[in-house]
Amino acid sequence: MEYIPVIGLEVHVQSKTETKMFCACSTRFGEKPNNNVCPICLGMPGMLPVINKKGVELAIKTSLAINCKIEPLNQFARKNYFYPDLPKGYQISQYDLPIATGGYIDIGLEGAKKRIGITRLHMEEDAGKLIHGDGGDQNSYVDLNRAGVPLMEIVSEPDMRSSEEAKEYMTRLKEILEYIEVSDCNMEEGSLRCDANVSVMPVGSNTFGTRAEIKNLNSFRFMQKAIEYEIERQIEILEDGGRIIQETRLFDSAKGITISMRSKEEAHDYRYFPEPDLQPIVVKNSWVEEIRKELPELPEAKRQRFISEYSLSEYDVGVLSSSIALGDYFEKTVSKYNNPKASSNWIMGEVLRLLKDGNINVADFNVTPERLSELLVMIEEGKISGKMGKAILEDMAKENKTAQEIVEEKGLAQISGKDDIAKIIDEVIASHPQEAEDYRGGKDRLFGFFVGQVLKASKGKANPQTVNELLKEKL
Amino acid sequence: MNKSDLTIDKLSKGEVSSLEMSSFCVERMEKNEDLNVYISRTPSETILAQAKEADLAKEKGDSKGRLLGFPMAIKDNMCTEGVKTTCASKILGNFVPNYDATVVKKIKAEGGIILGKANMDEFAMGSSNENSAFGVVRNPWNKDCVPGGSSGGSAAAVASGLAAAALGSDTGGSIRQPAAFCGVVGMKPTYGRVSRFGLVAFASSLDQIGPITNNVRDNAKLLEIISGHDPLDSTSVDIPVPPYEELLEKDIGGLKIGIPIEYFSDALNPQIKKGIEASMDVLKRLGAEFTYVSLPTTEYAIPCYYVLAPAEASSNLARYDGVRYGVRRNGDSNLINMYHETRSQGFGKEVKRRIMLGTYTLSSGYYDAYYLKALKTQKVIREEFSEVFKKVDIIISPVTPNLPFKIGEKTADPLEMYLSDIYTVSVNLAGLPAISMPCGLVDGLPIGVQLIGNHFKEDIIYRVAHQLEEALSLNLPDPCK
Repeated sequence: MEYIPVIGLEVHVQSKTETKMFCACSTRFGEKPNNNVCPICLGMPGMLPVINKKGVELAIKTSLAINCKIEPLNQFARKNYFYPDLPKGYQISQYDLPIATGGYIDIGLEGAKKRIGITRLHMEEDAGKLIHGDGGDQNSYVDLNRAGVPLMEIVSEPDMRSSEEAKEYMTRLKEILEYIEVSDCNMEEGSLRCDANVSVMPVGSNTFGTRAEIKNLNSFRFMQKAIEYEIERQIEILEDGGRIIQETRLFDSAKGITISMRSKEEAHDYRYFPEPDLQPIVVKNSWVEEIRKELPELPEAKRQRFISEYSLSEYDVGVLSSSIALGDYFEKTVSKYNNPKASSNWIMGEVLRLLKDGNINVADFNVTPERLSELLVMIEEGKISGKMGKAILEDMAKENKTAQEIVEEKGLAQISGKDDIAKIIDEVIASHPQEAEDYRGGKDRLFGFFVGQVLKASKGKANPQTVNELLKEKL
Repeated sequence: MNKSDLTIDKLSKGEVSSLEMSSFCVERMEKNEDLNVYISRTPSETILAQAKEADLAKEKGDSKGRLLGFPMAIKDNMCTEGVKTTCASKILGNFVPNYDATVVKKIKAEGGIILGKANMDEFAMGSSNENSAFGVVRNPWNKDCVPGGSSGGSAAAVASGLAAAALGSDTGGSIRQPAAFCGVVGMKPTYGRVSRFGLVAFASSLDQIGPITNNVRDNAKLLEIISGHDPLDSTSVDIPVPPYEELLEKDIGGLKIGIPIEYFSDALNPQIKKGIEASMDVLKRLGAEFTYVSLPTTEYAIPCYYVLAPAEASSNLARYDGVRYGVRRNGDSNLINMYHETRSQGFGKEVKRRIMLGTYTLSSGYYDAYYLKALKTQKVIREEFSEVFKKVDIIISPVTPNLPFKIGEKTADPLEMYLSDIYTVSVNLAGLPAISMPCGLVDGLPIGVQLIGNHFKEDIIYRVAHQLEEALSLNLPDPCK
């Protein structure tokens, strides 16, 4: 039988705030264990949470960017469970009244567009981290630097039908989060995490199969591998006449497999109830509109605009819109050098290569869009050849100079003056009388020989087109 | 120097010095250890040194602290920097916070002297002070009787002159009931009036700190000091604090007082009823007008409270897991066993009962039937009060259905114990302010009357209470003399 996978993703995003969600501790990553802690995030007796307004603001911003409806009244709730990395014995989260509901993200795979629904976005605090002693050390240690760091959980509808779609969804979501600067989205540091709900159903069926939730997917690659493994596993069970159990599974990245963590029967009863230490959050429309104004042009809108405004291919647009900074770089270049296709080619080829090789951000690149456009204009005007342009660009990046400066310093300007070239041609013909004779006698292929000699004599600076024209005349 | 001299008024007017007051309290603390009022005490020399310093500062005019040199007790569920804060629980038996509760900070800032941490029911759960891991507190009026709870240590300390005033906390009557049992004045302010920052939570949506004092004037002064918005407590309200003391003498002629019929049923001890009626007569003479009002959902207040409060408690007490502070029992060193042993041995019987109750009512499948229903009931109770306050300025009622009972009398029957809160819990469920003040003695034991006001109308409560107090002029004897 043929099966279709059904996939929904729960993505945890760390909000980029200076301080934690409910206390004034720093959110900085990489500090010594238990350096960023205070009595509040340690869950000491008598301590109370106070909401970080910036955290709410970033949640609203994100919700708007993924087309969600902001709930004018939303509320924190307590999720109760015992674990040593959870200082209060409950996590402050949102339950039945999240800050945003009902959004979507458009994804595109092989030219086909698809809309993935977003069920909700809610705010919560992160837990700490357990470190287990190794070797002879039987102890476990708790690092609570992360406890209380603000998170947004973005829950998708089960709208994805392949691991590729899941990856595309994550790519688009990450791109949006980076565009609106709400998170570092660093999967290695855990600021972007993902759980996947996976089930399979026979082709033609309308009823979803029993799902498994897979945790611990800390890279796109692992997510894709885990989903693929899980789909295979479930199909195999069904083909063997078995039944899928609703359970939570863990991805073992070393073995590339998912393993059962706990069944539905063993699932926690989190005993959610409204957090009595915090007032419900009332979001005024004026606040939402203020935040909406801060939103930059989002990636999808930018792609549409680039296609219509610059007549670029979808592929080009995809690359150029991969970050706000690169898109801006492109547009600034085009504003001074009105040739979008050539600009795009140069940026996607040479510029990106130089950035990658040097591990440089666009913003820190020595070749500003103004400098690049100057270079491209020089090429178009024939002052330098395209090949020379590439070398000059490399020097510009290295030496932090303009194209003009490099050209002058190295005497690289192309010789396109007819008189100069004519002089060189005369010299070349004079020093090769035999070849000239042969050419005139009908050996046409010797023309290439003369072009080569002229270019050589000009040290490559002569404009080849002018050389061609004049050579024909003079020979 | 008498017990009746232990007032802020006499101290600030210079009629009594801080040293006189503090020595009086210290002497009594030493003589009355059998009352078991304090869990931890500031060393006597420290107290006396602070008192001398306060007197000197006053003489020189160096300090304008409104409580300069005033010796007070703090219930042991309010955090005190560098001083053990146990909540009368074994699980926090060794816990020393490195921060002060906001109220403690305010008392210190005004120059108050902290005599010690008052005994209480463990985690403020109880109505008799028999649930303390540090032993029962005795009622100074009759040592065989309970002082009430959970702020039993605070009320008994003030009643016996072991402190000039105290702070208590009230979740379902924990200030007012012991105040009534001990013959002192106890105020439970409007929810949100006083910061809860640093108060070890029992039921966060109901807990409120309030003063326990010898008279209404001191009470008003203390509430003025500890009230106000605190950025560290999101449930504290940003409404200006009125000058309660200045308003005390304002005429109460024409003020409308409601008598809730449900509060005067047969369940009420007839002698207490008589005492309250005598107070009503006095208030009538002072020009107040009485009308009967109805709060029909009163009978559901106890079940409603005993669903909501334990539910919050079950979550609030989850942090006592032995991982970071307090007492830890390792068991056989596996995590679950550590939790199990720590909490089994660390918590007392009543606390465990309420954790189980709350865990149960929040569990999936039971939430709607218990927790949600209780929330709905709470809403009805609130609405009934707000209807009544459209007609009257204040409500008069008993504090307790009975006189202080004997130690051990009700420990075997928790339900019977819970019923002693019948006249106080509604006030917490509705978030209202209410005072308990003495209105007589029956068989040598004090009885109290309760005045309930609308939200943030503590000023009216204090006015009525103060003028009633003056007119009654009870002059209760000193139970420790």
